[in-house]
Amino acid sequence: MVPRICIVGSGPAGFYAAMHLSKHLTNINIDIFEKLPVPFGLVRFGVAPDHPEVKNVINQFTKVANKPNVNFYGNITLGKDISLLQLRQHYDAVLLTYGAEEDKTLGIVNEDAHNIVAARNFVGWYNGHPRDIDLKVDLSVTRAAILGQGNVALDVARILLTPVDILRKTDITEHALSALAESKINELYLVGRRGPLQVAFTIKELREQLKLPNCKTVWREQDFVGVEEVVATLSRPRKRLTELMLKSYNESRNCMEKKDKYFKPIFFRSPNKFLTDSLNNVNAIELICNKLVGDNLENQKCVATDQKEFIDCDLVFRSIGYKSIKADKDIVFDSNGFVVNDKGRVIENVPKDLARLYVSGWLGTGPVGVILHTMSNAFLVAKSICEDFKDLNDPPKGGFEEVKNILSNHQIVDWKAWEKIDKYEIEQGKKLGKPREKRQYVPSFTGYFRD
Amino acid sequence: LSTTKLALDDQKVKVTFVLNDGRRLESEAKVGDSLLDVVVNNELNIKGFGACEGTVTCSTCHVILKPEDFKKLPEEASDEERDMLDLAFGLSETSRLGCQIILSKEQDGLEVRVPETINDARG
Ligand SMILES: Cc1cc2nc3c(=O)[nH]c(=O)nc-3n(C[C@H](O)[C@H](O)[C@H](O)COP(=O)(O)OP(=O)(O)OC[C@H]3O[C@@H](n4cnc5c(N)ncnc54)[C@H](O)[C@@H]3O)c2cc1C
Ligand code: FES
Repeated sequence: MVPRICIVGSGPAGFYAAMHLSKHLTNINIDIFEKLPVPFGLVRFGVAPDHPEVKNVINQFTKVANKPNVNFYGNITLGKDISLLQLRQHYDAVLLTYGAEEDKTLGIVNEDAHNIVAARNFVGWYNGHPRDIDLKVDLSVTRAAILGQGNVALDVARILLTPVDILRKTDITEHALSALAESKINELYLVGRRGPLQVAFTIKELREQLKLPNCKTVWREQDFVGVEEVVATLSRPRKRLTELMLKSYNESRNCMEKKDKYFKPIFFRSPNKFLTDSLNNVNAIELICNKLVGDNLENQKCVATDQKEFIDCDLVFRSIGYKSIKADKDIVFDSNGFVVNDKGRVIENVPKDLARLYVSGWLGTGPVGVILHTMSNAFLVAKSICEDFKDLNDPPKGGFEEVKNILSNHQIVDWKAWEKIDKYEIEQGKKLGKPREKRQYVPSFTGYFRD
Repeated sequence: LSTTKLALDDQKVKVTFVLNDGRRLESEAKVGDSLLDVVVNNELNIKGFGACEGTVTCSTCHVILKPEDFKKLPEEASDEERDMLDLAFGLSETSRLGCQIILSKEQDGLEVRVPETINDARG
């Protein structure tokens, strides 16, 4: 009897788990279900187009998918085309790795005004995510602000400030390219609640930003008071990151040269409300000034003061994080928005005869960390599954043979079909001098694609 | 030109990867290869190693050297390499990225540790 595992979601967590499982359990069948007709999750739809190297990981995933006992079934949505209960009836283990797709909101006045855009949608738009093809974003303004200081915020900043001729050589979508070519943005704020010692972006992303041609980074003097004094006491990664900021700060103070574009990080500020014109377009942000309290420098908490500051800007990107959704009614979240788990094992009273339930990746850890961290978590959870399978003696399950009946006439994109799409995209890209031009998927009854 | 290339190819060195579970993967490598090349060319079974294929954007090729070997390396890590190392689990004073270590005759017998990539903490 061959144990059957199904994995829901084909991002890094799903593929790395499949890699571990297919290596450590010789006698096993793995089915990967994916909502979209194409695999790889945020590696395809999140990772910035000017980071092609990061996407090399796709080659490792492709090797996994080509193993005889690993199957890919795209265009199947958990909670819509198939339920968790159905999957648990037909598999020995179900691993949920469907990520964190929603963006967090601020919950402040006028957040629904025009030209306030979720970073997640903007990223999806330039990366060709089907959900975001028709995003409305007006880049004809000169001043914009990004709320949040993580890596996604820096990705958005870099895409907005990079000379468009550099982006032309990437797999960025053509619709984004033509809009960015017309962009007038020349002043971009990056607003964070806390200080330089607490920023969430990593040093690689900052270094890239600082190296952008014809763009000057302008830091605020008041934000760096006392920072130089504590650098020596910080842990190595935080220390190197802070030193890079200080170096840039000192350079920008001494350099009066004019540049085309300005990048302006602002610290210790929380958005309090958006101001709009008579047409409901955003034109300014009211910020509350914060101060930090607590002894541990890298972990200080910020508290609001009664001071306020206004910045004028006609375009705002909200980039304060992602959150997972409840894809199926039988998935239980705790109050923090996590599926409670122990090394991936979902904590629950296991109903008899149902597949054991596991969770990994951003759905299980929360939406933090880079692919390396997701990989590490996926290996950990896959290890748990391997341990549990040692004493598996459930009655045999039907796996995809059974699931197929439930899906009946549903259009499924298998790995062969994806390989065709892949080939087509690369050919289309070649014509434009790009590594690939993504096909624009729109869900419809007649097919998967718009073109 | 081709003869010098051949001569280089002839120079072999021994490298050992010590995995977290104690397994020792001993392999032969060519002078001029990176440690990532060694893993790929010999199909060494190190899960997840070299995800970005040597482009210094993933740190899955993190290795830890003995202090004496670390000192002997001809070149120090670049800023970009250090940036990636800062994200790695179990970072140590003698950590490097395997894709950035190029083998020369001096490294014959090199032994590196591949640290555990599984980190139990959330996030
Ligand atoms: C904008 C952005 C840029 C990033 N850039 C980098 C970078 O440069 N380098 C780096 O190392 N890391 C980067 N990361 C982090 C990296 O993308 C994550 O660590 C990783 O993708 C998380 O993997 P995951 O498998 O948990 O989730 P995901 O990658 O999100 O995969 C989840 C998959 O599940 C599918 N799915 C969703 N709902 C369902 C459903 N109901 N049924 C079936 N399938 C479903 C989704 O379509 C998706 O394919 C970036 C993240 C973001 C958001
Ligand atoms: S292989 Fe990715 S950093 Fe070395």
